[in-house]
Formats: sequence, structure tokens, C-alpha cells
Amino acid sequence: MSKPRIRCAIVIALACLMAFPAAMKAQENYFVTYTHHMEEPGSLEIANKSVAGFPRAADSFLGSAVELEYGVNAWWTSELYLDGQTTAKQSTIFTGFRFENRFRPLLQEHWINPVFYVEFEDISADKNILEVVGHDGIADFLGRNDRADKEREIELKLILSSNVKGWNIAENFIGEKNLAGDPWEFGYALAASRPLALAASARNCTFCRENISLGAELYGGLGDRYSFGFTNTSHYLSPTVAFRMPSGPTLSFSPSAGLNHNSHGVLLRFGASYEIPQFFSRLRRK
Amino acid sequence: MKPARFFIFVLIVTVSTALLFAASGDGLWMSKVPEKARANQNPFDSKPEAQAAGAKLFAHNCSSCHGDDGTGKNRHPSLRTDRVRAATPGELEWLLTNGSMRNGMPSWSRLPEQQRWQIVSFLKSLQ
Repeated sequence: MSKPRIRCAIVIALACLMAFPAAMKAQENYFVTYTHHMEEPGSLEIANKSVAGFPRAADSFLGSAVELEYGVNAWWTSELYLDGQTTAKQSTIFTGFRFENRFRPLLQEHWINPVFYVEFEDISADKNILEVVGHDGIADFLGRNDRADKEREIELKLILSSNVKGWNIAENFIGEKNLAGDPWEFGYALAASRPLALAASARNCTFCRENISLGAELYGGLGDRYSFGFTNTSHYLSPTVAFRMPSGPTLSFSPSAGLNHNSHGVLLRFGASYEIPQFFSRLRRK
Repeated sequence: MKPARFFIFVLIVTVSTALLFAASGDGLWMSKVPEKARANQNPFDSKPEAQAAGAKLFAHNCSSCHGDDGTGKNRHPSLRTDRVRAATPGELEWLLTNGSMRNGMPSWSRLPEQQRWQIVSFLKSLQ
């Protein structure tokens, strides 16, 4: 695509975003861990989640996922990910797609709230690290993009999440099955976060404390059906910060530190999300 | 189980679960509010700035469905009704926390409790 066309596309995208006022999201601070908070019915969230890695024995990479999340109704959220990555000295490629659905079986708030997650992914040379399962580790990043295998996988998650005195605490248990016949692989993700202020201020302000949340994520693999456990896999600990611009996007950042020799030393994650409330109602009116 | 059969099984379970939930619905949220929650008092009742903060939160989180002035929008209900007028602050806060998911009202538990009470302050000022 030529430079004027790219500029034109960026201007059109920004104009579209400004035409749709955004809703303020209050809790989606994590990159890997899911909470029980569903997308509001009829709302469409457009988000980007990127991760940069700098492995010593392999080429640096930037993985990026565009996420389209739609609230089908109050207890069902559907999501499509379009994934890509750039690896230094190699190539920039579209790596595939993921289609996921989350269902909230209990229709009231409890001290712990379960959500069922089902995902199908068709992906190759993935470097987004949106979850760690099985024996995932730095060795997976040594291969070249053009020699990667195609992977069709089903992923199931049990998401447990609670809100306690302004804190959100979430636990995810992951099971993933490669449809080519590999054994079930398992993983986990734990997270907690809290806004800097629990009550909103009365004045309109961009940098109010309630618009900024801090938290942390801990995630990693649990081996597979034949070798379950914490060894021979990777684990990460990540502080997270999220800043919600009033009527604008949410920006988030998280540096992940690898906790064992199978992990990347550091991963830098950054993301931006923008929610368009009542998306189809707005389209019908225009 | 072969991969294709497994995929079809997961698909059937997914769609069946969705249809099962879609088939049920009532809208009698008020009768589900526990007595303890019904009697809860708004801790921001005596704080005048809570209404302004609640108005800001309402504009960001609620107005896309209920309209800027709370009169409803696109088949979403008005909040200037006898039912809302008669509801206790505790009942309104319970509804914000739990939602009425069968009727499309999501849970707003993602907002801290203090912010839900600030929205209740604003809702009561609308009546």
C-alpha cells in the first residue's frame, strides 16, 4: 500500500472512532487473564494487543492481535482475533485467526463467578503469547516463520473471578487440544488489579485516579496429559497498568518477566482498546 | 474421539447452552433482591458531589442504552418510571451489581461499589 493510501486509511479510521463515542471500561486490565466481566450487550470493542520479545538465541519479534469483541447478550460474549507478527531478519506475516465465545452460567453476582470459554484457532508461527500451555517455551521461537506448522486447536478455559473491596481477582485454568492428535495441554493465569481510586470524582478530568488501574498477572504452562506440572514449561510475572481516557480509548502496558530458563527474559506488552456502545443500533440510525 | 467429531460436539454444546439460556426470561428482578440488600443505605446520601460524580458515570456507562436524560433509547427502558422512583437505594445498587441478564441488563460489578452508589445518587435525583 502506498504512503498516501496509508495516511488516508489512518485518517478514515480516526474519523470513524471520533464519530462513535466510546464507553468507559473499568476493569479490563489484563493481557492474558480473563475476568467474569462480559462485553455489554450490543457493544463492539476493537482492541489491539501487542507483545515485543527479544530472545537471545533467536530473532526479536513483535506479535500483534486485532480483537473484535461483541456482546451478544449479557451472558454471552463472542470474539474474533486476527493475529500477525513481525520477526526481525525474517518476515511480517498474518498468522491466523481465533474465534472464541464466553458464557456466564450464573446470572447473578457471587463471591466467585465462573465463566466458560470455548475457542477455535487456526494459526501458524504464532508469537502473540496470549496464553502459555503445555511445554511452551523459548524453544518455540527458534524456528523460522516460513517453516512453521499449521495448528488447528480447540481451547477450553474455566474462568473464575471475584470483586472484593475494589479489587478484581481472577483465575483461569486452560486446556488446549491440537486437533492433529497431540495430547491435551494445560496452563494457568492468575491476576489481580485495582483502580487507584474507588469513588469517581465529581469533575470531568482525564487523569483522575479512578481512570488508572494497577495490577499484576502470573501465568504459565502446566505440561500435558502425560507430564503434568510446572517443569519444562515457561512462567511469567507481569505488573500491569491501564489508563482509561474518558470517552476515549483504554491504553495498557505490561512488562513481563520470565521466571525460569524456559521463559523469555522480558516481554513488553502494550494494548489499546476502544468500545463502541450499541454498535448495530448506531449503524441503523445512520 | 476423532478431531472433527470432537469439534462438532463442542459446537453443539455451545449452541445448545446459548439456546437454553435464550429460552428463559422473566424481568422480575425486584422480587429477587435479598432483604439485606434492599435495606442498604447509600453511603453518599449526604454528599452533594455524589450526584455530579454519578451523572458523569451515568454518561459514560449507562446513557448509550438509557439515554442522556434517562428516558430510554432504542427499546431500552426509561429510568424515569414509578418502579425506579419507588425502589430503595439498596434495590437499585443490587440491580447495578447483579444486572438483569435475562432482560439484557448487564452486571456493573466491574465498577467499584462506591461508583455504583454514586450512580444510585444520580438516579434518585432524576425522579
